[in-house]
Amino acid sequence: MTDAPYPTEPAVILQVNDLAVFFGGVRAVDGLTFSVKPREIISVIGPNGAGKTSAFNCITGFYRPSRGTVIFRHENITGMRPSKVARRGMSRTFQNLRLFRDMSVLDNVRTGLHARLAESFIDTALHTPRYRRAERGSIDAARGWLDFVGYASSEEAFVAELPYGEQRRVEIARALAADPTLLLLDEPGAGLNRNEKQGLAELIRGIQNLGIAIVLIEHDMGLVMDISERVVVMNYGKEIADGTPAEVKADPAVIEAYLGTEET
Amino acid sequence: MARLVPPPPPEHAGARRPNVWGFMAPPPAFERVETGPYLLRPRVFMNALGAICFAFAFLLPFITINAYVISIATSAVIYIMLASGLNIVVGYAGLLDLGYVAFFAVGAYTWGIMSTRLHWGMIESIPVVLAICVVAGIVIGGPTLRLRSDYLAIVTLGFGEIIRITANNIQVTGGPQGIYGIPKFSFLGLDLSVPITIGGIVFQPAVSYYMFCVFCMAVAVLLAARLAKGRMGRAWKAVRDDEDAAEAMGINTYATKLTAYITGAVWGGMAGVLMGSHLGSVAPGSFVFLQSALVLMAVVLGGMGSTPGIVIGALVISLGPELLRGFGNGRYFLFGVLLIVCMLFRPQGVWPSTWRLPFLRSARVERVDILDDSAGNLLDRTDLTPQAGDDTSAEPQGGGR
Repeated sequence: MTDAPYPTEPAVILQVNDLAVFFGGVRAVDGLTFSVKPREIISVIGPNGAGKTSAFNCITGFYRPSRGTVIFRHENITGMRPSKVARRGMSRTFQNLRLFRDMSVLDNVRTGLHARLAESFIDTALHTPRYRRAERGSIDAARGWLDFVGYASSEEAFVAELPYGEQRRVEIARALAADPTLLLLDEPGAGLNRNEKQGLAELIRGIQNLGIAIVLIEHDMGLVMDISERVVVMNYGKEIADGTPAEVKADPAVIEAYLGTEET
Repeated sequence: MARLVPPPPPEHAGARRPNVWGFMAPPPAFERVETGPYLLRPRVFMNALGAICFAFAFLLPFITINAYVISIATSAVIYIMLASGLNIVVGYAGLLDLGYVAFFAVGAYTWGIMSTRLHWGMIESIPVVLAICVVAGIVIGGPTLRLRSDYLAIVTLGFGEIIRITANNIQVTGGPQGIYGIPKFSFLGLDLSVPITIGGIVFQPAVSYYMFCVFCMAVAVLLAARLAKGRMGRAWKAVRDDEDAAEAMGINTYATKLTAYITGAVWGGMAGVLMGSHLGSVAPGSFVFLQSALVLMAVVLGGMGSTPGIVIGALVISLGPELLRGFGNGRYFLFGVLLIVCMLFRPQGVWPSTWRLPFLRSARVERVDILDDSAGNLLDRTDLTPQAGDDTSAEPQGGGR
């Protein structure tokens, strides 16, 4: 199903080079360079408006970068349509939950399997054995992912009826159902309480154990320092630091961005 | 979210594995069982309800063969077909199409020209009509579907008018007079334009044609409902609910919208064929904007994206003015007021797509712990089952829908 099983993955699965996106005079992202290795967990942090989400949107194809390139598994995906990027194995979640509101939880997760289903119009119309196989298989896979993320409510529920934490889980399950090599999580911890954040950290490690690399945007420093192997710090669209959590914590530029300079 | 996620079993570590169906996914940690009596499971019950409604509609001539009743019933059936086509575009894919009647016109005119000018029969004509509807769908949808919501509505409105005005002004469509003398269908040696006798019962042309239309409508409604439940249907609904999120799931939103539009065009075209034969003529006056608005009204009134909803909506729209005939000239006024009242009290439609009959709500899918594990699965799940089971057994099952 995946085009490249894990052992043959390249040493660097995502390489972002000098990425920039400008909106008129606003330089939302200006020269972002970082790389992701297989199974790595990387956090992108920075003050509000630092351009983290814009960078995500550029990488996943929602914005066309003004400059720079994005290489994903040896392929230049700069300016590629988001759906094509997704089919190549890059999955994402959104900052403000973007689930399909009038679809059941199970169907939400099953949309993630869209590209993997060998089911034509004719199959669906005539309910051929291939259709039945695809439907059964996708239901089973969606349930597998729902159980994996620890979703505990009804699979027939509509998204609007669910508590926030459960919606977050469904969104992650949906992204995982697309069978990604790289998962981008945009503020997965926003709005979760301490306990739930602990569960999220466990979940992220569980995803890593499946062989999936993760890039996440997060504001909760405890969570970031706890799970990340590397941290990329952005401010005013520019990258100001890239290193291990300990290195980044000690970086004067990062301290300045977060706490401001001392007036003398 | 308090529940901790069980760590994946060691076999999984570092490499994903396909599940038994060949999809890259962990095996479910729980078994699912459908609860409730078999007949009250929503899928079973709704299928049975559909079959009963079909049987009733199909056998209506055995209750009455009043020419007036059969005539308006035929129109109503064709309206249901139209509404189910527009429902694909508006209800499932969320594309506001104000010019849907254009495809109705394309189907009716194509069939009209082929039957009266070229004297083709139905079997040969249907593929041609289908092809022309697909082309019309691509020509109209191709450029317009890059637009979003309001802009799309305006452009489709324009295209609807273009088709009508073109038909009004060119020779082959008969200009303002249109085409008349369109025969009733005849196919496979069964000629619907003469009375047919089966088992001692004589079927008048209008009656046999009505039954034929009911059959076509049932196929159209069933296919639309099936498509909506499959892979493409989920993509349509995903695009409707959130285009960006759909795109992030690997769904090409443009292609998806185009397939919805083309499918809608085919449904509309086939309804046009039936209407052409039903009335025996087509004229540009039948394809005014009001027609598009009425079909859209049927979909919105019934409940967008809901199969029972659009059937009800189409019946109300087509039969409403007839049932109000007793009120004389004021009947359209009264009909309008009734529609407004209806939308005020139930804006999401008579039967919204997310609504379920009250007595069907007890049936739901419930999770149970996997008890009888086969030897192979046991290895996978020894670390999973105790943890996951302990936690959820205490948790109530979430809102049943």
